Amino acid sequence: MPGLEDLYREIILDHYKNPRNRGELPEPAISVEGHNPLCGDEITLYLDVADDIVRDVKVSGQGCSISQSSASMMTQAVIGRPVAEVRAVIRRFKSMMAIEEDGLEPSDTDISLGDLEALQGVVKFPVRIKCATLSWNTLIQALDQAV
Amino acid sequence: MTPSAVAPPDWERIRSDFPVLRREIDGRPIVYLDSANTSQKPEAVIEAMASFMREGYAPINRSAYRLAAAATDAFEGARTKVARFINAARPEEVVFTRNATEALNMVAQSWGRANLRAGDAVVLTHMEHHANIVPWQMLVDQIGIELRFIPLTDDGLLDLDGLPTLLDGARVLSVTAMSNVLGTINPVERLVTAGRAADCMVMIDACQSVPHGITDVQAWGADFVAFSGHKMLGPSGIGVLWGSSEQLELLPPFLGGGNMIDDVRLDGFTCAPVPAKFEAGTAAIVEAVGLGAAVDYLESVGMANIRRHEMDLTRYAIDSLRTRYGDDVVIHGTDNVEQRGGVLSIAFRDIHPHDLSQVLDESNICVRAGHHCAKPLMRLLGANATVRASLYLYNDRSDVDALVEGLDGASDIFGL
Repeated sequence: MPGLEDLYREIILDHYKNPRNRGELPEPAISVEGHNPLCGDEITLYLDVADDIVRDVKVSGQGCSISQSSASMMTQAVIGRPVAEVRAVIRRFKSMMAIEEDGLEPSDTDISLGDLEALQGVVKFPVRIKCATLSWNTLIQALDQAV
Repeated sequence: MTPSAVAPPDWERIRSDFPVLRREIDGRPIVYLDSANTSQKPEAVIEAMASFMREGYAPINRSAYRLAAAATDAFEGARTKVARFINAARPEEVVFTRNATEALNMVAQSWGRANLRAGDAVVLTHMEHHANIVPWQMLVDQIGIELRFIPLTDDGLLDLDGLPTLLDGARVLSVTAMSNVLGTINPVERLVTAGRAADCMVMIDACQSVPHGITDVQAWGADFVAFSGHKMLGPSGIGVLWGSSEQLELLPPFLGGGNMIDDVRLDGFTCAPVPAKFEAGTAAIVEAVGLGAAVDYLESVGMANIRRHEMDLTRYAIDSLRTRYGDDVVIHGTDNVEQRGGVLSIAFRDIHPHDLSQVLDESNICVRAGHHCAKPLMRLLGANATVRASLYLYNDRSDVDALVEGLDGASDIFGL
């Protein structure tokens, strides 16, 4: 049986206790709400895209350590990147979560997930995958609205 | 023999009647504290269902051969047991449904569409399960009815001060007998009396109360009562709608099909008598037999004994949590165990319920983390989620001790 140390890695707890890019963005930034029907978690993601670059992302709301740390690390991984690259990061992350719906593209393997690799242990706790992907699915919705 | 001379139930033996609770995961026993969600099954229920499938299974109500007649007797026997268990005036007042949710939807749709018009008011409470909110919200969309909600006091009881105003001009009062989040036991008879006085149809969602104490539908005097089999040691897939004979006669059918008809012609149909009128299609035959066995089992222990056992355990749990953690633990609802059942929704040291339940699972402690299908109530409590530990006849103090101890493990991980 996988142990809790696989799930609650130090870097995850650090992002949970000190979340990066928390808050809101004023309009015209896009805002999208995300819900995890399983546990009732609700977040709002704010996205500022200009010239096909993700200029800023902020996340507000409540969630467990996994959903909040995943959101925090996600913002760091995508801010400043071109939208196409952000979509590749999303594909890489979802593939790490054993979700292959979007299909990896060959070039995606060049993308480094950095700190996000710490969330790899979540796969061993299938119930928690939805927590880890909550902010990502919300980001996808926001990107779809932005472009 | 006076009741006091009867030996109290042997709770240790009762616990050993539940095979799952004898199982170990990773060499440690299972601490099952999720019975408000669904209950475990005693050997007697498992065996009744298995032996019926092995030796007695056949269609019911349709065929003349002896095997089928015996299966029909087994099915109807279960109905009689359930009727006696809730003190129904006659077995025909017990309608078998798929679950309590279906029973509540049946009344909302069949009674509601026959009797409600745009602007009519339906009174619910702020502590209802989604199953007693959404079916009425569907009628808001379909008919244009108005919903009103009885508010709660700070300690999670119904605030009945404004009840006469809320009921003024209302057509329906539909309330839970016991909250699945707060554990609050509502004053059903008082509510029914108030609803009756206002000429309301009154329905009781008794999912959380029927498994844990004595139920007397005649004393309650409501029009309909809904509950599920799987929370009272029976199998999933079967629930009950009790209705007064008067109401069931008037209630239009819900699902159409086999078994529920008297005659079908190309230009129409006539209904079978109650309760078949509401039991379209092949029934949950095996599940009914299992539910009947569950009723037998519960009666052999005694519902008053079960209620007392759970009151003791609930008091012990509240005291243990407060003694150990003081203000670090929030237990939603009232502390008065006379007014609450063994459902404990807790918040602990700012640790998210999902994380808390994950850590507890390391010690095989099974609790529910989430919104408990009562999101309006959760918003009122100011929480997206809680951890909910719920008790039943097979739990003992060691389960409570394990929970209290397990919470500390979460503190270690999250440094709180």
